[in-house]
Amino acid sequence: MKRRLFHAFIGIPLWLTAWLLPAGLAVALAIGEPIEFETQAQRHQYETLVRELRCTVCQSETIHESNAELAADMRRRVHDMTLAGHDADSIIGFMVQRYGDYVRYRPPLQANTALLWASPFLLMLVGVGVWWRVICGRKRMVQRPEFTERERETLQRLRSGE
Amino acid sequence: MNLRILIPLVAVAALLGLLFLGLGLNSRDLPSPLVGKPAPAFELESLEDASRILTEQDFIGEVALVNVWATWCSTCRSEKPLLMELARGGIPIHAFNYRDERESALRYLALSDNPYQTIAYDPRGDAGMDWGVYATPETYVLDAEGVIRYKRIGLLTRQLLLDEVLPLVDKLRAEQLRTERHGADGRRVARS
Repeated sequence: MKRRLFHAFIGIPLWLTAWLLPAGLAVALAIGEPIEFETQAQRHQYETLVRELRCTVCQSETIHESNAELAADMRRRVHDMTLAGHDADSIIGFMVQRYGDYVRYRPPLQANTALLWASPFLLMLVGVGVWWRVICGRKRMVQRPEFTERERETLQRLRSGE
Repeated sequence: MNLRILIPLVAVAALLGLLFLGLGLNSRDLPSPLVGKPAPAFELESLEDASRILTEQDFIGEVALVNVWATWCSTCRSEKPLLMELARGGIPIHAFNYRDERESALRYLALSDNPYQTIAYDPRGDAGMDWGVYATPETYVLDAEGVIRYKRIGLLTRQLLLDEVLPLVDKLRAEQLRTERHGADGRRVARS
């Protein structure tokens, strides 16, 4: 009995950990790739850039998240260029030159993205417009209504309960 | 009609229209910043002969196609008959063998037809990155000066070739002829 309890509560989890941990580590290492830097600034630049560049194959992932081979290539290139002393702007420039503005998760403000950048403000303007109309409508409602002579008579009649 | 009804109606119709247009767009059709730029430089082994080094100069000289393919890419296989037709029709096709293994690529070409004039072997995708490759197959059209004039990401279709690629090749060839003739005239004038 004691033995069975041991198996259920300690033995099986231990056994699972022993088997799964190396597998997990292998996966982590495979995703981890070359992450050696000379300085902390380089590591910081790498970590920022891989979160700002889009994987062009998977499109809604950054190259940091993506498992695609192209994303791995791009990470490797960012790593190599960082070690070679390129700054963040020149690395982003390098990628934009090859894959277009689309690789940037934060689009630059330029003629073809002006609408994109302006859209939150435009939407807010529309919202303010709608709100203003609603407020005005309400104001009109609370104003004392004006009755015609006939309506007044009718009201009077109703009030006196005839 | 009442403005209260009209405004939301117009807004909803506009939104639906926008969404409908969005359905027709292919998010993979990204504009390539490389169109209009000279072919990016590279230095790679030839697929058939590891001792032979190819550069972008081996792709340049006449109006040509550059096709990026791999044996693991099934779409590349399905577009190859079209490439064969183009090659038989006298359009030179160069290629990058992208992220592939030399042996399987050679075996594949030995078993089926080979439409390619020159094949650069790019196992690590280094040249691929400089050429902005992100989804095989990709096909570029180079003019005689080696400027990229067109890029297609994804499968080539007969319709696409008839509508876009072949007319462009004809146009570029005409341009090439014109400049050559000008060059010849210029030389003749200089000589006389």
